[in-house]
Amino acid sequence: MFGRLMSPQSSLVEDFWHLQRELDDMLADGLSSSGAIRSSPRGSFPAINVIQTPAEVQVFVFAPGVDPKKLDVSIQQGLLTVSGERQIPVHEQASYYRQERFGGEFRRAISLADEVDPERVDATYREGILRVRLQRREAARPRQIEIR
Amino acid sequence: MSTNVNEVARRQADGAMAQARGGRTAESAIRAPADVYEDPDGITLVADMPGVSRERLSVRVDGDTLLLEGTVQFELPEQAEAVHADVRSRLYRRSFVLSRELDSAQIQATLKDGVLTVRMPKRAELRARKIEVKGS
Repeated sequence: MFGRLMSPQSSLVEDFWHLQRELDDMLADGLSSSGAIRSSPRGSFPAINVIQTPAEVQVFVFAPGVDPKKLDVSIQQGLLTVSGERQIPVHEQASYYRQERFGGEFRRAISLADEVDPERVDATYREGILRVRLQRREAARPRQIEIR
Repeated sequence: MSTNVNEVARRQADGAMAQARGGRTAESAIRAPADVYEDPDGITLVADMPGVSRERLSVRVDGDTLLLEGTVQFELPEQAEAVHADVRSRLYRRSFVLSRELDSAQIQATLKDGVLTVRMPKRAELRARKIEVKGS
């Protein structure tokens, strides 16, 4: 990381941006189990938050304006995959100034290790957020070990 | 060093979740992604605000500024711990400067599945008129 700063060819500004990106990546990776092989770059659609309690894992998928019928949620060997399509109508007669919203097909995968029970999954879509609730296996729940 | 950065990231995620539960800490707002397009009768703005309900959405015009604000309400269980957080704030904010030909009294907003659509019609007297060229 510091080696780059010494490089005579690169300008200070480029180095600054490089460091900025590296820091951003590190911050992002810190939250997504350090660059998991199936992880998506920052800013990918849809955004995902995951929380856990001793009994369950909840995944929030921020997918506004998606027809729930076009959402596919599956879990296999601890890998939760959410895919679907968001159709953005294009008004041919109109002139566009901004098109920041994502349109098209998407897929995101979150590794939940092997600790959730694939038989007990519940998914609801409300106000543009898909919420998937998964029960943790008994064996995976934290236990207090009694000290004799 | 990377351990420290991870800790910072985790603290941020925990902070965002604490705020989502109703805690009051200064938080930066998310810039809601938006599409803006114009047709002969007006301008339409479409913005993504997932998790925002009608009760927690504010669309207002202040002078020549259109301000959109919305808050996400998570119902999080007790003892919830953040494992991963792409979304680190529960507040969306976006503002646009309107132009004079838009009739701010006629602005209409609709919210569906976390997508806000704001329709801003042009004042009738200021709409561009197409002049028909008649042949002789």
